[in-house]
Amino acid sequence: MSILVDSDTRVVVQGFTGSEGTFHAEQMIEYGTKVVAGVTPGKGGQTHLDRPVFNTVSEAVEQEGANVSIIFVPPPFAADAIVEAADAGVEVVICITEGIPVKDMKPAYHFVQKKGVHLIGPNCPGVITPGQAKVGIMPAMIFEEGSVGVISRSGTLTYEAVDQLTRAGYGQSTAVGIGGDPIIGTRFIDALKLFEADDQTEAVVLIGEIGGSAEEEAAAYIQAHMSKPVFGFIAGRTAPPGRRMGHAGAIVSGGSGTAEAKFAALEAAGAVVVKNPALIGDTVKEHLAAA
Amino acid sequence: MKVHEYQAKDILREHGVSVPPGIVAHTVEEAVEAAQKLADEGASQFVVKAQIHAGGRGKGGGVKLAGSVEAVREHAEAILGMNLVTHQTGEDGQKVRKILVTEAVDIAQEYYVGVTLDRERSMNVIMISTEGGVEIETVAEESPEKILKEWVDPTIGLMPFQIRRLAFGLGLEGDAFKQASRFIQSLYNAYEAIDATIAEINPLVLTDDGRIEAVDAKINLDDNALFRHKDLAELRDVHEEDPREVEAGEHGLSYIKLDGNVGCMVNGAGLAMATMDIIKLAGGEPANFLDVGGSASAETVEAGFRIILKDPAVEAILVNIFGGIVRCDRVAKGVIEAAKNIDIDVPLIVRLQGTNAEEGKQLLESSDIDLQSAILLKEAADKVTQALGRGDTVAAS
Repeated sequence: MSILVDSDTRVVVQGFTGSEGTFHAEQMIEYGTKVVAGVTPGKGGQTHLDRPVFNTVSEAVEQEGANVSIIFVPPPFAADAIVEAADAGVEVVICITEGIPVKDMKPAYHFVQKKGVHLIGPNCPGVITPGQAKVGIMPAMIFEEGSVGVISRSGTLTYEAVDQLTRAGYGQSTAVGIGGDPIIGTRFIDALKLFEADDQTEAVVLIGEIGGSAEEEAAAYIQAHMSKPVFGFIAGRTAPPGRRMGHAGAIVSGGSGTAEAKFAALEAAGAVVVKNPALIGDTVKEHLAAA
Repeated sequence: MKVHEYQAKDILREHGVSVPPGIVAHTVEEAVEAAQKLADEGASQFVVKAQIHAGGRGKGGGVKLAGSVEAVREHAEAILGMNLVTHQTGEDGQKVRKILVTEAVDIAQEYYVGVTLDRERSMNVIMISTEGGVEIETVAEESPEKILKEWVDPTIGLMPFQIRRLAFGLGLEGDAFKQASRFIQSLYNAYEAIDATIAEINPLVLTDDGRIEAVDAKINLDDNALFRHKDLAELRDVHEEDPREVEAGEHGLSYIKLDGNVGCMVNGAGLAMATMDIIKLAGGEPANFLDVGGSASAETVEAGFRIILKDPAVEAILVNIFGGIVRCDRVAKGVIEAAKNIDIDVPLIVRLQGTNAEEGKQLLESSDIDLQSAILLKEAADKVTQALGRGDTVAAS
């Protein structure tokens, strides 16, 4: 097993015919992901990358059985794309788009929640279950099939962690980039819950960063519900307060959201805390080999 | 994006929020004219307020009460052009280029009201407190029970009963209650209309003659929404920003100046923060945050080097690129091109990992650029430590 995406996943690409959508759809197809359709309003009826293009997501669901959507739609239209996908009945919506206004994301988030749909992102690298499906923009060659689940708020830092794991001999069950925005659909807790219930996953690596309280919430969940070992790293120990570190969500304000507080919460919850980002792979190996 | 107090107040006035009259001035003469105009409209005393983006202006001497137009002149002379140091500006302070001359009101009671995003609930929260005029973070820490909150469900919007709960929560009644209710509704409308991330009034005051007014105002705007607010985007004041950060922005780079000695250039915000952390673990201090984004082309890398090297405190530079979509051999070529055009006179460590990392490393090593290359993050960290050690030796000899 795995979480969110697997070999049965049938992907519809929203923003299919744009340059980003095209490039990454090609990469996903090359990886073996079942990309079954694309959506570009106004281009319905055309064929792109040997796949049918539809005007609406619901057509892609009805005619091609799409059950996961990936979104490459520009920021002004991306919240609408999220809601359209959730409304059309896909199970998982993965939004890659960076720069969606917070005001647009608020109602979209609550709509998706009500529908019971898993929204990943926005502003995320996507989800990959190595050997089965890549629904995202991550470089495929660093991933390997295995038993470690990865959850991260970042893009390239996720790749860094995954690369270290693979080098240490630990493949991944699924890696989820949950995104760096203030409003995201799937949080650490949601992904932890899925990994805890997944047979293939034996341990989880959680990559957090400064800002917000998602890591503290995750810590409380780990303490109460996780039987599998969790390894945690928080980026931004050296970031100054009050400054936004690239990601819209990465800001320490009023003494909250600091890396120290997040490390402490994870440690108190029984997670193995990795303070050096160069030692994520080594630390996992050390603990899992000894167990 | 941050805006000045006078800009925030203009925006709020347009949305029907009750704000005392005030006029922005760039010179002493303009300030005197402004005070005279306010006096003609009935003002008898004034406040002269330095317009910089940092908070804590009063404590730094940037806010003065003036009992006459002549006193406004004196305060304007003192404040305009001063280097205002507050707890938010850092030691260097911020030069005052504009002042707001506003009517001073007689304050009976000070309150706080603010609107922002509650990230945990993914909805807006309106906060009010009877503890106005002090930092809300302090109130939140010392007496959280004195802050009342109402969360706004985005699918239904702010409801009248919520406004009533907030206004009654301030202990108001009669006309003051009605005014406060209107104030909260208008403030919330403004926050939504302009895509704000914060709209904060501290203090909100009840005047001696029974009016509810915003004596101060702070608004931050969502950068991601500026595309649909061209008028608000023009309110940006680049004087209030670090010139290096402005330059970086023009090249599509996200740069933040820090106080350390090791510069860094990284693709991706999370990896950039982790790289700063590893510089610290390697015995240095990060001199900056710099995310080159997805492209990492020769042009962006060169711009990045130029900006980093403007900081005289930089003793070494660590480039850390995890190539995914960007191939490392292309990044390596970019680094080599850039290094040819700029005189990099500090140790340079380049770590390339991901797609075509080996090819990238070979290109770097076969070039005549003086640099250390690495593939693993821990190798890069070790090389930073060595570079700093070497720097010390050179300095000592």
